[in-house]
Amino acid sequence: MSDPGAAQFTPQDQEGVAAFLAGTTLFLGPDPEIMNDHRMAPRTADEDRLLSGPIDANALDRVRKRIVAGLDEAFEMMEQTGAAPGAKWGDLTSAVYSASGDLIHISTGGVLAFASVLHYPVRFISKYWANDPSVGIHDGDAFIHNDARYGNIHNTDQSMILPVFYDGELIAWVATIIHEGENGAKEPGGMPSSSESAYDDGIRMSPFKIVERGQIRRDLLTFLQNSVREPKLQYQDLKVKLYSAQRIKERLVALLDEVGRDAFVASLRKSLEDIEAEARRRIAELPDGTFRVNFFSDSTLRENVLLKYPCAVTVKGDELTVDWRGAAPQFLNRAFNATLGTAKCGLGQAVLGFFWPDLPRGISVMNPMEVLTDEGSCINPGLEAPLGQSLQGAFKTFGVVQALFAKMQYSCPEKYGSLIAPWFNQINTFLFGGLTQHGEFVGNVCADLNGMGGGARAHRDGENSMAPFFAAMADLGEQEIIEDDVPFLQLISKKIKRDAQGFGKHRGGMGYEIAVAARGTPLWGFATVSSGSKFPAVPGLFGGYGCPSYPLAKIKGVNVFQQMQGAPRNWSFDFETLMNAQPFTGARYTTHHMGMGFELADEGEVYMICQGSGGGYGDVLERDPEAVMADVEAGYLSPETARDVYFVVSDPATLAVDLAATEAARAEERQARLGRGRPYGDFVNEWVTPEPPQHLPYYGSWGDDNSIIHATAWTTQGPVRVSGPMNQLPQIMLPDPNLLALAAQQARIAELEARLQKLDGQ
Amino acid sequence: MSTVMRIPMTEYLEIDLSAERWLCRRCGHDLGPARGNYKEGTLVYDRDPREIHRPLIDPARYEFTFAPDPAWCRILEFYCPGCGTQIEAEYLPPGHPPTRDIEVDVDALKAQWAARPAGTVIPLGRDVAAQPLRTDGVGERNPT
Repeated sequence: MSDPGAAQFTPQDQEGVAAFLAGTTLFLGPDPEIMNDHRMAPRTADEDRLLSGPIDANALDRVRKRIVAGLDEAFEMMEQTGAAPGAKWGDLTSAVYSASGDLIHISTGGVLAFASVLHYPVRFISKYWANDPSVGIHDGDAFIHNDARYGNIHNTDQSMILPVFYDGELIAWVATIIHEGENGAKEPGGMPSSSESAYDDGIRMSPFKIVERGQIRRDLLTFLQNSVREPKLQYQDLKVKLYSAQRIKERLVALLDEVGRDAFVASLRKSLEDIEAEARRRIAELPDGTFRVNFFSDSTLRENVLLKYPCAVTVKGDELTVDWRGAAPQFLNRAFNATLGTAKCGLGQAVLGFFWPDLPRGISVMNPMEVLTDEGSCINPGLEAPLGQSLQGAFKTFGVVQALFAKMQYSCPEKYGSLIAPWFNQINTFLFGGLTQHGEFVGNVCADLNGMGGGARAHRDGENSMAPFFAAMADLGEQEIIEDDVPFLQLISKKIKRDAQGFGKHRGGMGYEIAVAARGTPLWGFATVSSGSKFPAVPGLFGGYGCPSYPLAKIKGVNVFQQMQGAPRNWSFDFETLMNAQPFTGARYTTHHMGMGFELADEGEVYMICQGSGGGYGDVLERDPEAVMADVEAGYLSPETARDVYFVVSDPATLAVDLAATEAARAEERQARLGRGRPYGDFVNEWVTPEPPQHLPYYGSWGDDNSIIHATAWTTQGPVRVSGPMNQLPQIMLPDPNLLALAAQQARIAELEARLQKLDGQ
Repeated sequence: MSTVMRIPMTEYLEIDLSAERWLCRRCGHDLGPARGNYKEGTLVYDRDPREIHRPLIDPARYEFTFAPDPAWCRILEFYCPGCGTQIEAEYLPPGHPPTRDIEVDVDALKAQWAARPAGTVIPLGRDVAAQPLRTDGVGERNPT
């Protein structure tokens, strides 16, 4: 029904009303129109005109290569001069955009996931600040932001976004961005697992002008410095990002001088359209169909719960639909929620890093892709959801998509990467904070995050502790140099954890052990921000097994440095031996899940974790027995596991394989499988339950019906299982696990006291 | 040109396009209609995850040991009934329905392969030296 009043308004009236409303908006929050659109903008009239004629392919090639060269130069500048640990180890990128804010390319090194998220803040700046008389966009200006709700991977990453003017025309944008770590969050290091509200996440910078016509705004900079624990780092890296971005800008202006304005603009647009055309051609080569996987996370980082991350990728012609509906709901007082933009970073990372690593890294690679989520889920939450550990969501959305690539493309005659099992994708590292030996307050993250094991491939084993899935060329840094900066030692460093392997015909790349202890500091603490201690973080592929689960272990209540002075042999460079032999007198030995909120550590108290293994590929019974024993010889595998998992029979003294006995053992195991395996229909009838078991604090859909979400809501009566469509579920807020533990202890004390009274009365 | 078209779909599965059947690539066992769920043709075993990922630190003293919690996580092992090859291993909470991981549009697959030159082979990846896979069903079977 039409509005009878509408006819009374002339177009001029309507324009006036629109202008009035735009000018009186009370809060310019994240704009859904921007944030829900991961695709490139439509052609402008100017681009249409320029592309209607012939395109000089040589000019296009020159523009693209020169842009990449400029981006790589800026990347090197930041890596060499940045103060943040993330900068030194490659957790950064540089980017060039069209005038419309479409990402044209990012640097070769660094974090690929930025390719699918950096256009959002540029579009916000263009839409809201260009014509705002209090802001405006001028040559020499630069904007900063970190808030993932306006488009970012997570809030530890800080950007520097510069407009590029040429002959007075805004012709492009450039950006530099670094994982700075510290951002004033509830815990040091910028990724607070104990964040209980959006306001615990630290400073949230919507895009604003920090550099005005070439001058850094010291008033705003001072405000930022006061908002974080590392004020000097904040200033240094702001300059590092600014000067690196200015270098890209200089390169672009020189390029414009060389090829001319029209060729430059046409080349940027043509590059994006070529990327999309090639992406569509490659999708059309995939078999049509639907490919599904279900991943689970076992932690909010405060407590163990089971969170589902389903994924169904449908290939139809030259388009992909990525369906993440059925994922766990948002938790309003837990930190693992990820914005939709952050969640899509996982998809972009998987596509550019593993599926089509050879394609130029422009925004249009995602043009043929539709992404479906439930509003209100943990990967498409509302604005009040805390996001401090949003990598939990992005790493899962990466993992589910990467896990499906091998199934989608196995039959393709042309491939652009490998058939690869899931890469390890959790944050198994330490965050730290406190007072350094130099008297500085710091808070940041160890580069051991970058030691993830690679997934096994169809033709070979995964690489041990290779790289994070999000940055193939990231580095681990030199431990001695790190120890010069911060007051803790790695007492076990980079030693492959024996038996923690994704078993298979080809095994996953393994992870290493890490033991840390503070020394020579009056105030220090650690945090861990990972899941996968009860339910393995990554599965295997084609019958291969996933990684194991990984614990956090502590040796508390002693100073091991002191004890080692008298008895150095008490130490063992082995997580397993230390925990099983318990060599330090008076110590408390405990294990925990990997979500440890920031905790103060006395000198010489030991914290131990392991980096994770990639998934295994194929049936363990097909693994070359010699490769199994080579792992035993290298210390990667125990003889028991070689025998029990791989069914390899060997001489205990020489480790020589007994091939005949191995073949017999494997044949026997195949027969045993036929004996214990049950026909699918019979198995499913007995095994499948209509809903999650009551003992599990479960969140997400159950089975393939993603329209109904199951959750455990906390009420005054305690935990209650609820089920229904996402938009009908109650908001999920969990109680403080420490209060629950206290309540359990109090109940136990009351019970014991009652028993004691009863005994006294007898 | 061979009339047999068997398209390798995974390490252990292929689709016979003319018969429209899922087959085991190791032994040729028929796992069911290609338009259906190949898992329905397998044998399934509910594996206690501690048997594969054994505790590396003492489970009597510690809650978290490198072994998954069997009350939270099970490994469903899917075996070929013909040769006992482990075709898939799926990590699921107890009672969660197995996932139908591959649902192929068989008509589209037929059209796709009809448009490809005879003798088209399938590499295991870009720049991978391993022998590419044939699609004519010749020389592929490996009983172990």
